[in-house]
Amino acid sequence: MAGQTLIPAGDFRTSYAADTTVFPTTTSRNAMILGIVLICFAPHVVSAYVLSLLIQIGIFGIAALGLNIVVGFTGQISIGHAAFFGFGAFTSAYLSNRFGIPVFFCIPLAGVVTAAVGLIFGLPAARLKGLYLAIATLAAQYILLDFFARAEWFTGGSVPASAEPFSIFGYMLRGDKQYFYVVLAYVVVCYLLVTNLIRSRDGRALVAVRDHYLSAEIMGINLTKYRTLSFGLAAFFAGVGGALYAHYNQVVSNEGFGIDRSIIFLAMIIIGGLGSIMGTLMGTAFMVLLPESMEWLSVALRDSPIDQFLGLKNNIAFLREMAIGVIIIVFLVFEPDGLAHRWRQIKAYWKLYPFSH
Amino acid sequence: MAHTLEVRGVSLRFGGVRALTEVSFGVNEGELFSIIGPNGAGKTSIVNCISGRYKPTEGKLFYRGKDITGLNPNARPQLGIGRTFQNLALFHHMSVLDNIMVGRHHLLKNNFITGSLYWLTGARREELEHRHKVEEIIDFLDLQSVRKATAGTLPYGLRKRVELARAMALEPQLILLDEPMAGMNFEEKEDMARYIVDLNEEFGMTVMMIEHDMGVVMDISHRVMVLDFGRKIAEGDPASVLADPHVKRAYLGEEDEVLVDPDDKPAAPECAA
Repeated sequence: MAGQTLIPAGDFRTSYAADTTVFPTTTSRNAMILGIVLICFAPHVVSAYVLSLLIQIGIFGIAALGLNIVVGFTGQISIGHAAFFGFGAFTSAYLSNRFGIPVFFCIPLAGVVTAAVGLIFGLPAARLKGLYLAIATLAAQYILLDFFARAEWFTGGSVPASAEPFSIFGYMLRGDKQYFYVVLAYVVVCYLLVTNLIRSRDGRALVAVRDHYLSAEIMGINLTKYRTLSFGLAAFFAGVGGALYAHYNQVVSNEGFGIDRSIIFLAMIIIGGLGSIMGTLMGTAFMVLLPESMEWLSVALRDSPIDQFLGLKNNIAFLREMAIGVIIIVFLVFEPDGLAHRWRQIKAYWKLYPFSH
Repeated sequence: MAHTLEVRGVSLRFGGVRALTEVSFGVNEGELFSIIGPNGAGKTSIVNCISGRYKPTEGKLFYRGKDITGLNPNARPQLGIGRTFQNLALFHHMSVLDNIMVGRHHLLKNNFITGSLYWLTGARREELEHRHKVEEIIDFLDLQSVRKATAGTLPYGLRKRVELARAMALEPQLILLDEPMAGMNFEEKEDMARYIVDLNEEFGMTVMMIEHDMGVVMDISHRVMVLDFGRKIAEGDPASVLADPHVKRAYLGEEDEVLVDPDDKPAAPECAA
């Protein structure tokens, strides 16, 4: 079973507790802590533009994490995730505007309310699988979108709902620089929660349902319960992400929660790695940064000798969209297991360097 | 006497196909009970009825006097019924350790909320306690070297053993083994037979086993039942089943009298088919 783990020689675990840690080695744990500490300085170092990208990665990363519970860990499909994301955004805005609940509490509350909605729309999962379930979740997408358009008491209808800025104990956070820390805290907490979930009873049950549902049932796992539960959990994280999104923009409009956003969420977890927690964040970063870097490239290309030679002019914008598509396709062909897998291989390579055999 | 498991007149039909026809038998407490029969005789159907995958068209099943005919499959581990599958049914992408831990699902108490809060709610402590139990099973089945390996990457014989480990983790009182030795070589079979006898004698589990290897079945079973075309054709201790003319005709094959030289003392029928 060589190559199964990347634990250095001589690192022997002498207790079961030492064998259940989140990070395989002390070094990897310290590296993660160092990384989080370093990124705390980001608002003071990077430009406002880069900071907004980081915030987006964080927010979408939380929502995508939820989708990975359904698709990656439980082996189901959902193409209505953006609707739950939107529901969380509207709920948080509604709770703070209508009832005056502090935003600090609105965000987790929005997660809980969205989870309840997710449980309802997850009910078909008890009976449907594969493509049939995909269509059922598509229905959820359109039902919720329609609800956003019609329920003016809840969403403000065609007028975008306003969302209060984040405040904590009466201190109002203003601007991206301060909001960044809220998002960072949520990312760390959510990713820790899901890590723990997956290594405890119910998380294992979800993965068991994915890998072999018949034997999972014989092992005492209630398939209906766990299939539905996975939708509830996914909706919870979508709701939290949506709420963060609402208070980041401070206005929630009906736009941006459509099926295209759902598909992008799916792309994030497929590119990051299905069933990989850190891969979700990598995939989110990839999907957020790819259009931006293509934009940057197309600006660089404009009026360059290549542009003048080929006479591209306005077609550069179309080329950009096509390039994004091509890169995703090429990526999936060469790395179907996602960025998380590639990351593991890179680590394994350096672990053994220069003696790779 | 009251049986641990009682199958009473069970019939199972899929459309026009009669998989089982009025099969009745009982398994006694602490017994090692084997079911044999040709392919398609309905052996696995019986196990599927007991473990809840199929609901019998007619008849009833009782476990310790309780009617379990319509009980959900996922409610059966709590009663103490565990099983393995004929075709490997491991969780392929999970580690061996996690596979076995899934077997303890019904014994663990933490849910998705307390599990997510891990350190704060005692989920960690519970995990570690159950890890001890799992390690006992790993020791018993000699799986130490592969406990961290992904189940789907293991060779066939080991996977069969992991599946047995997972069923043992349920802490069943009645364990149903569907062809535990299919496709194994001689040594692996010997090991597996030893494990099964230990399950029965040391762990005190009642074992119900489907197996084709007549040598093993005759050696270790207390009682044997023979099925053919969904009907029970014999039941009893191994020797009497072996001698039964119906069984010979249906399953073992009759001795070809013409070809046997009367001077050359015929060898005992070669059963290990």
